[in-house]
Order: sequence, then C-alpha cells, then structure tokens
Amino acid sequence: MALILDHVTYEYGNGTELLVRALNDVSLVIPDGQFIGLIGHTGSGKSTLVQHLNGLLKPTSGNIYYNGEDIHDRDFSKKRLRSKVGLVFQYPEHQLFETDVFTDVCFGPKNLGLDKKEVQLRAFQALKQVGLPDDCFYQPPFDLSGGQKRRAAIAGVLAMKPEVLILDEPTAGLDPKGRDEILDLVASLRKENGMTVILVSHSMDDVAEYVDRIVVMNKGSVCYDDEPKQVFAHKEELEAIGLSVPQVTDIMHALKKAGWWSADTSVITIEEAKKEILRQLRKG
Amino acid sequence: MIRDITLGQYYQTDSIVHRLDPRVKIVATLVFICSLFVVEQAAGYVAAVLFLAAVIRASHVPFRFMMRGMRAILFLLLITFFFNLFLTPGEAVFSLWKLTVTEEGITLAVKMAVRLSLLIIGSSVMTLTTTPNNLTDGLEKLLRPLQRFRVPVHEVAMMMSIALRFIPILLEETDKIMKAQMARGASFDEGNLIQKAKSMVPLLVPLFISAFRRANDLAMAMEARCYRGGEGRTKMKPLHYEKRDYVTYLVLGVYLAACIVVGRVVPWGSIL
Repeated sequence: MALILDHVTYEYGNGTELLVRALNDVSLVIPDGQFIGLIGHTGSGKSTLVQHLNGLLKPTSGNIYYNGEDIHDRDFSKKRLRSKVGLVFQYPEHQLFETDVFTDVCFGPKNLGLDKKEVQLRAFQALKQVGLPDDCFYQPPFDLSGGQKRRAAIAGVLAMKPEVLILDEPTAGLDPKGRDEILDLVASLRKENGMTVILVSHSMDDVAEYVDRIVVMNKGSVCYDDEPKQVFAHKEELEAIGLSVPQVTDIMHALKKAGWWSADTSVITIEEAKKEILRQLRKG
Repeated sequence: MIRDITLGQYYQTDSIVHRLDPRVKIVATLVFICSLFVVEQAAGYVAAVLFLAAVIRASHVPFRFMMRGMRAILFLLLITFFFNLFLTPGEAVFSLWKLTVTEEGITLAVKMAVRLSLLIIGSSVMTLTTTPNNLTDGLEKLLRPLQRFRVPVHEVAMMMSIALRFIPILLEETDKIMKAQMARGASFDEGNLIQKAKSMVPLLVPLFISAFRRANDLAMAMEARCYRGGEGRTKMKPLHYEKRDYVTYLVLGVYLAACIVVGRVVPWGSIL
C-alpha cells in the first residue's frame, strides 16, 4: 500500500497577478516504510507538494491515491486521510494552543472522535515516544524550550497514529543539539513504528545520514529521485539549483581535485569518510 | 485559501493618478464625496459620473477592479434601496400588500443608490492608485495642523501604517495555522454556531500569540534604531507638490463649482 501522485500540477493566482505554477507534472510513488528526504531550496514547491499528500491542497490537474483510493473522491473522508497521513508543519510550536501540553496533544485524537480513554492513552504514548520528560506534560506549552515545544507538536500528530509521517523542515530554527535530537527522534520513530517518513528540508546534511531515498525538487518539478549516493553524484547540478552536497562529500571532492589521491567521492556520511580516508592513507 | 482575500487593494501600474501626491488624492476623494451630497438634480449626477469616468480612464486601472468594492456593499445597497423605496411617505404610485411605493420614495431610493455606488467607486479609485504607505504619509501631513491641539498625529499615522503592513502577514499566518490544525483533524466549517465559535480557539490562540510576539519584535527593532516618535523626524521621501498637483486642485475646484451650479440649479426636467 502506498501514496501515489499521478501527474500532479498545482497552480495558484488570485486572478490579478500572473498564474504561478507551484507544481509541474509531479509523479511519485511513495511505498510503505520508506524514509524519504524531500529536498529543494526555498520556493521549489516542496511544501506545496506535502500539503497535497494529506488533501490540504487540491491539485489543479492530476490525481493522488492513498492505498489505491483517490483522495479527492467525494466519498473519501479527508479526516481519516489526515489521521493516516500526519503532517507536521514548519515551526510546529506556533500551533500549540491548549493550557497544557497533554491537552494539546489530545486535540488530534479527540478530533477523530475516539473515546476519552483512548484519546488520553494515545496522547500519553505519543508524549513518551517523543521523549518529553514527564514533568513537562502538565506545563503550559509556552513554558517549554524550543526543542521541547517541537517535540510536543510532533507528539500532537503522532497521537493520531499516522502511517505516514511528513515533517516540513523540522529542524528550522533549532540549534545544532536540538537539530540532532529531532533527527534522531525521527529516525527512531521510524524504526520502532515502521512508519513511512517524509522529511522535507533544504539541507543535505540533515537527510544524508538517515534516508533511503532523496527526491530533489526545483521550480515545481522533480529533478532527481534516487538513492542518496546517486543523487549526490550530481554535485555540480545540485549546486546550480542552489543546493549542496553534504559537507563530507564536498571535502572528498576537494581532496580529489587537489590531486591528493583518487578518493571515492560517493561518500555521504562522516563514518564512511573516515573509513575511506584511512583506507587511502594505508594504501599511500 | 485565505490568501486570496485582497486588502489594501493597491493596483500597481503607472498613470498620472498614481503619481499624484497622496494629499491631493485624499482631498479629491473628500471633495468628490461632498459633491455627491451637495447635488440634488440629475444633471449634477451626470457631472459626477463623467468626472469619475475621466479619473478612472486616467488611472489605467481596469474597471472590474472598481466593481470589486461594489460586490462587498451590494447587500447594503439593496437594503437601503428597498427601505427608501417602501418607507418614504408621499404620493402613492402603487401599493403591494401592505407596502406602498411613493413617487418621493422612488426618487430617494434611486438617488441614494447612485450616491452610494459613486461613493464606493470613488474611494476605491483612491485606494487602488495609492500604496498604503503613501496614504498614511499623506494623511499625516494633512492632519499636521491638528498637532497644535495636542493630537498625536504622527503616532496615529505610524499605528495605521503598522496595522496595514501587518494585515497580509497575519493573513498568511492564519492560513498556516488553519492548515496545521486541519492536519490534526480540526474542521472550521462544521456544526452549529457555538461549535464553529469553539473551533476558532485552536486558530485564534496561536494567532494572537504570534501577533504579540511580532509586535514585541517590531517594538524592539524600532527601539534599536532609536525610534522616539515623530519629534524632529525627517522623511526619506518627503512629500512635496508638483505642478500637476496644483493643476489637480484647480480642476477639483472647478468640478465642485460646476456640481453646485448644475446640480442645484438645473432641474430634473430640463435634461430628461
């Protein structure tokens, strides 16, 4: 079972200005359990794309299928879709509104019409999953630190028990420690729950270590869709559209260019880079 | 979604009307509105329509944009029209059930409807051809004399421009928060009035918090640049009148005089 986008095009314009084509004939298959990095610079259409996946935006043309059903069919429940395809927006802490964290996390499951016990159980589980300390549960969400707020907001979506979790720039505005914590959290969630995860980002370093597949967006179209190593092989092309390769990959390229050795430039994580450098050193 | 709403509906193009000093446009709008209420006779309205048509022509703004403002007040227009039509005492023309239509009623209803439509179109010419910033600048300068009576003119103008500046930002924010809560299964258009009002809480709380945060940041940024109110503050682009502005004032004077003469002296019958 999977999410399928079939030739999706999305245009907007309020009738006065020129028509903007935010998505241009995008076709993607997102199989269950995959960890996907969706990369593109600002305005490339990546946020627009993910808002199509849970039916917040309706494509101008093309169809989206969830488990084989067209999500814009009249008898398809959007509410059920949104509980199955959980979307966490950028700066999720800006959407916290309840008097305490626990009640806020209850908001999602409550909207699904579950009974009170189930709602509270799910909220509790979700808060545990994101690793918030117990003494935060009944604090006002506005008293939490930046990283904690973001965890609370992610828990708000997790409490609906989605099968697909989409995170729109979950690391924006966090310090390096907060960033690593959130990314580790996402990776562990995926491992424990076997969820499909789509991580939207403009930073290759964020996604390189974790994902199975990278989809690169540029000007509303998909320009690369492959395994990380294959995508990062296109260093020049990526740089031309305002993106970069992970820093370690960049270093390997620089080493090769300086003629130090015939380094393997398909390295994408620090661990791999260490191995490769050691191998080369031993050889030399 | 909500982003489609246009407020402070400036239409960007280059025309003589766009280039006029905002003060001239504010005064012109006031004069135009006054002229509508000064005239009593049909000829006066013909003059007003011709004047407005000429200004719209000169402004290069498509006419359908003017009509957008009309759509918003269509309901109000209809209510005034029917109230005037049925509730004005006078010589009965015909009666429908308990409602009587009088000759005076017809005249008054048509007159008010024409006045209101011209008023709305006339003021939308101003907002369509002047950026909000220019508008507040013009207002500030026009109201400057009130400062002698301790009216905080600069502060009021500053508040107005901040408010105008924040409308699109907060609209975008509303859109974002709405989508985020919808992603958590919220719906904003289901149920009765009370349920609808309740469903606004998850939208309004984050919106207010973000508005306060932005206000705080802005205040800090202004302080950091030593903002201390209007005292001794100069403008980067000070307003000053050009020749075309004086000419416009002249045209306005002539128009108003013509309206008074034509609209009050020449009777209905003579043009029909």
